[in-house]
Amino acid sequence: MDYIKAFITGGVICIIGQILIDKTNLTPARILVIFVTAGAILTALGIYGPIVEFGGAGATVPLPGFGYALAKGAIKGVKDSGVLGAFTGGVTAAAGGITAAIVFGYLAAVLFDPKEKS
Amino acid sequence: MSMHRMGGQTLLLTQNPPKIISRATIVGKKEGEGPLAEYFDKILEDDLWGEKSWEKAERRMYVEAAELALKKAQKEPQDINYLFGGDLLDQIISATFAARSLGIPFYGLYGACSSMTQTISLAAPLLDGGYADNVLCVTSSHFCSAERQFRYPLEMGVQRPPTAQWTVTGAGGVLLSVNGEGPCITHVTTGKVIDFGMKDANYMGAAMAPAAADTFRAHFEDTGRGPDDYDLIVTGDLAKYGRELTIDLLKRDGYDIEDRFIDCGCEMFNESQDVHAGASGCACSAVVLAGYLLKKMEDGDIKRILMASTGALHSIITSQQGDSIPGIAHAIAIEKKG
Amino acid sequence: MDSVDVKQEKINKEYQDYANSLSPKSNIISNCIMAFLVGGLISIIGQLISNVAKTYYNMNEEGAATVTSITLIFIAALLTGLGLYEKIGKKAGAGSIVPITGFSNSIVAPAMEHKREGYVLGVGAKLFSIAGPVLVYGISTSVIVGLINYFFVK
Repeated sequence: MDYIKAFITGGVICIIGQILIDKTNLTPARILVIFVTAGAILTALGIYGPIVEFGGAGATVPLPGFGYALAKGAIKGVKDSGVLGAFTGGVTAAAGGITAAIVFGYLAAVLFDPKEKS
Repeated sequence: MSMHRMGGQTLLLTQNPPKIISRATIVGKKEGEGPLAEYFDKILEDDLWGEKSWEKAERRMYVEAAELALKKAQKEPQDINYLFGGDLLDQIISATFAARSLGIPFYGLYGACSSMTQTISLAAPLLDGGYADNVLCVTSSHFCSAERQFRYPLEMGVQRPPTAQWTVTGAGGVLLSVNGEGPCITHVTTGKVIDFGMKDANYMGAAMAPAAADTFRAHFEDTGRGPDDYDLIVTGDLAKYGRELTIDLLKRDGYDIEDRFIDCGCEMFNESQDVHAGASGCACSAVVLAGYLLKKMEDGDIKRILMASTGALHSIITSQQGDSIPGIAHAIAIEKKG
Repeated sequence: MDSVDVKQEKINKEYQDYANSLSPKSNIISNCIMAFLVGGLISIIGQLISNVAKTYYNMNEEGAATVTSITLIFIAALLTGLGLYEKIGKKAGAGSIVPITGFSNSIVAPAMEHKREGYVLGVGAKLFSIAGPVLVYGISTSVIVGLINYFFVK
């Protein structure tokens, strides 16, 4: 059951992205920025939390989920360490993802070459 | 008015109209699977061609096209007075580094995809006026080097919109001479930079169409000729939608070119090759001219062509700063006499 | 001078409208369906990883989410390196851009591309040439969220 909820939630979020791609001139980079920022803001407003409850990975895997993790981390950081936590909390929560991106990104770049396109 | 000028933008070459005595083309794998494959001298098996980078492969194609054109005319680099060339890359490194290998006095030109007719436009009057005997004009482009400079890294998962065009991987060259036989350049109409405010870099055909229409209009007005005076009217890379826009713009000026108008970007690939609107790149008009059109002229199928390669003159920075995309088109009239 | 500019503006606008009307719209329905399917599928894979992490490795919510991110980032990096992610992306559109796999792809692709310019200024510097803004805006927003939370939410 949670797989179906994940499927639908993730799928719907991607549909929103697809509409942005087809209907506007937004480049992928800008769409990613909009989504991560929206995820953080919606988390702060208490809206994204329930979506995560419902959709599980369907809400955390898409990029708004990255914003959710960052925002949640900052809120937790602030609870634990006061003002300083606003600066440390977000990155701490996302540390795994960010580091993985750097490390695997670097490795893949070293090991592979771009292929010509057809 | 200088004695060889006609109207505002056209040169009439009557003293010693330069002839195209030799031509050479080399294309990449995808181009070699297209409808014009049989007209190209060499087709690469892969676009890296054993080189260390796309850029190095592109300049190797450039050198190859130049050397092949010379070989076919039985000439050596020291017989050539000038090499005029350009490409799409920053600082036109393909042309420049190729010129380093070739050792011919060199003028590098940037006109984006308008390079082919742009280089011929400048070479022809030099020959007609007695300032040169042999001039080589070569341009190149490469899908992979162009994508990484102008758009996205190759391995990024992006969708190309229906109006997007595919940069041709290839190099094409022609050798113009005052001696020998071949179709000759009779008129040169220089384009102005025309900008109708299109900003979408994925819809370049629409950005360049106004320039093509403007140059053709200027040519007709300056020379008193009309579309009927030519067997074919050709543009470089307007692709499907840009082509329609050009027809429409010229109709409004009273010129109907529709029944004899072809665009190299539309001819380069088959529908099944999924290039969306069509081909683009300096090499697009270069290889179609040097491979296909000139062959048709040699065979006598076509006698007179009016051709304009078309270029989009934006850069990444201008697009990011919100500027629109200006276009330019340089026209040459080629005629097979006798 | 003014009237010439105004006239040209009008010509330009007419032309742009006409040019835009000529360009076919991408088939938005089929694109959305593909985006939905691929995005949903990647989410299912994520859910699977998360469940495995929680059940077999006794991770809590945060730990499972981190493991899921890391695993998906790894898979996407591998697929990008093999030249497969780009093929998926052509069909899937937003379905491959929006999930965290798209973030990973946008890091690996430029890094691979610029390897020929060396490992420091090529790979190293270009890793975040496309994905960098995600970190800039995501982290900055989280800081603001944290500060607002500290000062205004009790």
